[in-house]
Amino acid sequence: MRASGMQARRLRTVIAAGVIAALTIGAAGCAESDRDSGGDEGKAATGGTFIFAGAGDPKNFDPIFNDDGESFRPIRQMYDTLVTHKPGTAELEGGLAESWSNDPTGKIWTFKLRQGVKFHDGSALDAAAVCANFDRWYNMKGEAAQSQMIYYTDIFGGFAGSPDAVYDNCKAQDPATAVVTMKKYKGAFPGAFTLTAFSIASPTAMKQYDSDKVTQNGDSFAYSTFATEHPTGTGAFTYGGWNKATGEITLNKNPDYWGNKAKVDKLIIKIIKDENTRKQELRAGTVQAIDFPAPADRKALADEGYQVLNRPAFNILYLGINQKNNPKLKDLRVRQAIAYALNRAQLVQTKGPGGAAVADEFLPNTVAGYAPDVQKYEYSVDKAKQLLAEAGATGLTLNFYYPTEVSRPYMPNPQEIFTVLANDLQAAGIKVNGVPRPWNGGFKDDVQQFGKQDLHILGWTGDYNDPGNFVGTFFGRAKVEFGDASMTDMFTAIGKADATVDPAAKKAAFEQVNRDLATKWLPAVPIWHAPPALVTTKNVQGLVPSPLTAEEFNTVSLTK
Amino acid sequence: MVRVILRRLIQLVVTLIALMTLVFFWLRSLPGGPVDALLGERATPQTRELLTRALGYDQPIWVQYGRFLKNVVTGNFGNSIRTGEPVMEVISRSFPATIELAVAAIIIAIGLGIPLGYLAARHRGRLLDNATIIVTLIGISIPIFFLGYLLKDWLTQDIHFFPPSGRISTGLGNTDVTGFFVLDGLLTRELDASADALWHLVLPAFTLATIPLAIIIRITRASVLDVLDEDYVRTADAKGLRDATIRKRHVLRNALLPVVTTIGLQTGALLAGAVLTEKVYNWGGLGTLITDSISGSRDYPVLQALILLAAVVFIVVNLLVDLSYAVIDPRVRVQ
Repeated sequence: MRASGMQARRLRTVIAAGVIAALTIGAAGCAESDRDSGGDEGKAATGGTFIFAGAGDPKNFDPIFNDDGESFRPIRQMYDTLVTHKPGTAELEGGLAESWSNDPTGKIWTFKLRQGVKFHDGSALDAAAVCANFDRWYNMKGEAAQSQMIYYTDIFGGFAGSPDAVYDNCKAQDPATAVVTMKKYKGAFPGAFTLTAFSIASPTAMKQYDSDKVTQNGDSFAYSTFATEHPTGTGAFTYGGWNKATGEITLNKNPDYWGNKAKVDKLIIKIIKDENTRKQELRAGTVQAIDFPAPADRKALADEGYQVLNRPAFNILYLGINQKNNPKLKDLRVRQAIAYALNRAQLVQTKGPGGAAVADEFLPNTVAGYAPDVQKYEYSVDKAKQLLAEAGATGLTLNFYYPTEVSRPYMPNPQEIFTVLANDLQAAGIKVNGVPRPWNGGFKDDVQQFGKQDLHILGWTGDYNDPGNFVGTFFGRAKVEFGDASMTDMFTAIGKADATVDPAAKKAAFEQVNRDLATKWLPAVPIWHAPPALVTTKNVQGLVPSPLTAEEFNTVSLTK
Repeated sequence: MVRVILRRLIQLVVTLIALMTLVFFWLRSLPGGPVDALLGERATPQTRELLTRALGYDQPIWVQYGRFLKNVVTGNFGNSIRTGEPVMEVISRSFPATIELAVAAIIIAIGLGIPLGYLAARHRGRLLDNATIIVTLIGISIPIFFLGYLLKDWLTQDIHFFPPSGRISTGLGNTDVTGFFVLDGLLTRELDASADALWHLVLPAFTLATIPLAIIIRITRASVLDVLDEDYVRTADAKGLRDATIRKRHVLRNALLPVVTTIGLQTGALLAGAVLTEKVYNWGGLGTLITDSISGSRDYPVLQALILLAAVVFIVVNLLVDLSYAVIDPRVRVQ
């Protein structure tokens, strides 16, 4: 074999020199290794490391400044909320508060706290700490910080000094009793107390690490070291660091946890943004669980022996109808015609992810207020054509906006969904102009701020178990998205139902609202509920899928 | 020589200013801005307004431009919109990953490319030559992401030989000193981390190397063929010089110039971010940073800095290549 040329030989010399140099340096051990010298690999025989593949970077680890699932996933393991859900359900049960109660006006909420609970820094979880959290949120200063408290603004209306503020004060009646007083009743309570954004953090740590300091630098925000390096809650896991170069968030078992202590020693959330790569890592065994598998992969993975865990559906996909641009859409008969024209059962079968079901209402059947007897719109092209003719709307042309560059749990494949729905409408004589817009590049603005569309598809995953969180969010007040400013009796009915304090009366009120939504108002057409799934390797036990995508990993164990 | 370098540096500065201005206005003309990306589905109009004001996007474009220029001149690239960290920190975390990958790929491309190109030229018209040409054609025409997914499927899924993605095994707990994982493992005596990082480097480096490899083979072959036809080679042969001497002293040295240019340009292109390869292998280098900063959120500060960095790298590499002519070819020095 002929030797390589001069260039290659020179290169070889350089490489050889480099390798020798590196080995010499290595022998000298120039830099300190960060690994524990003891090595906990051998210590805990039953524990192990559970590796979960996340889909995106978290923003930071201070609950109140976050609003997306990727940030909440690690946060949820490190913090607790006052009220939480029975695992795998949307039913409320005690979290940091063993029990809670409200007065008849619904404005005063009393929480009886668990005894002996400590934050990760050793300070006590007591009523004073709980009140410190509520007060902190209410008194948060600075537009920068306030603009990041999305859930707080949504539920509590405003901050200190704002006329919209719902929160009044919090008193520590005794170390185990916290009494929160609101200025008015909101249907969101007590469900909203389960929101991860309202987790209880250690006031000691927050003070030590300056948690309220959110500074604007140039075009962006910088957070305190509390949020980025020292998140301190009461949760089953403690913070072990975020290695951004490798995309690994390490959480360690909290041996002093008040609840079910974690079965594994370490939890690593490995961030892999590409969906295909997540699946490949699962197959290669380098991660043990992935979230939101592509609908097309679910069956394949199940066949290969992986565990596909279905979350009970807690979301809704709807076809929005904007009544502003085309006057014909103001006619209820036209909107009903659209509902009849859609073959939703077939859509679910052909395009729906496993476990998807046709939706007849705008909330899942696990939420109180779901009416089992609403008017259904069974697929009928004839009925659709008939209604259109009656309304003088034959030959209607509509602009149908749909998003691209996105996949949501309720809408994994927007383009395909649009195609099927558009075809259904064409078959009923409605001409459709498809208008694709990138999710982050115009769709949300065009649809929700400017209302340019006639039809669009969008959806929602519920945050907590309350009918107002679905129906109220969509139809509780006039929205550009639906061009429905004229439907004042709808707003009034929903407002009344939402303001009802007594649970039984509220349930009945919302059931009626849902019946009326289907029969009298129909501002949009519900399409389907699509449960997102988790997939794990065979040796993962005890992972309980949550309808609210709020899985806690302390129950997970790894078998050999 | 000094005059040449000075002139080129001035050109560099002017080019960069023009480029930055272009980028600034172009980025802001794209539909959908960072405000929407930061807020998600639940934002109320009030929150949107709060954020727009907080970020200063409600101010006239000239004010924003002025602030931007001032920042660039003082070396302040601001904070990433996506992560809130200083842009320089974000980039300096990703840059080593791309450098490692690019260096590995270029080593493969040169180490295999020059010998194969030379051999193809020497055996012109025969089996080795034809086979090499076909292989390089395939190498250039296969889309990188397709090749990447193919290799991943064969070697990481069907058989679990290589790791499917990433630079290092999850949970290995390697210590990050310089950001070059292979080197870090040597520096901290975590040799398993070095070996693990090298193992993760194999597939991505090979995938990325296919195009530079194919190009280097072809250019080397063409250049060597040119030189083999020269009179001085025939003279040397007639003089009775040994084959190895002819090869070393006459053929390769003279054939090297175009090859060096190519290597320089290829390295520059690779350093600017191998976006597709990094996506396929979840590499976490500049390429990944670019896609994250565009499709996830319009992360203007990071994008601006990245484009600037890519331009600087390319221009500097070009300058080095030009200067290397003088080293390799004495005829150029005289000018």
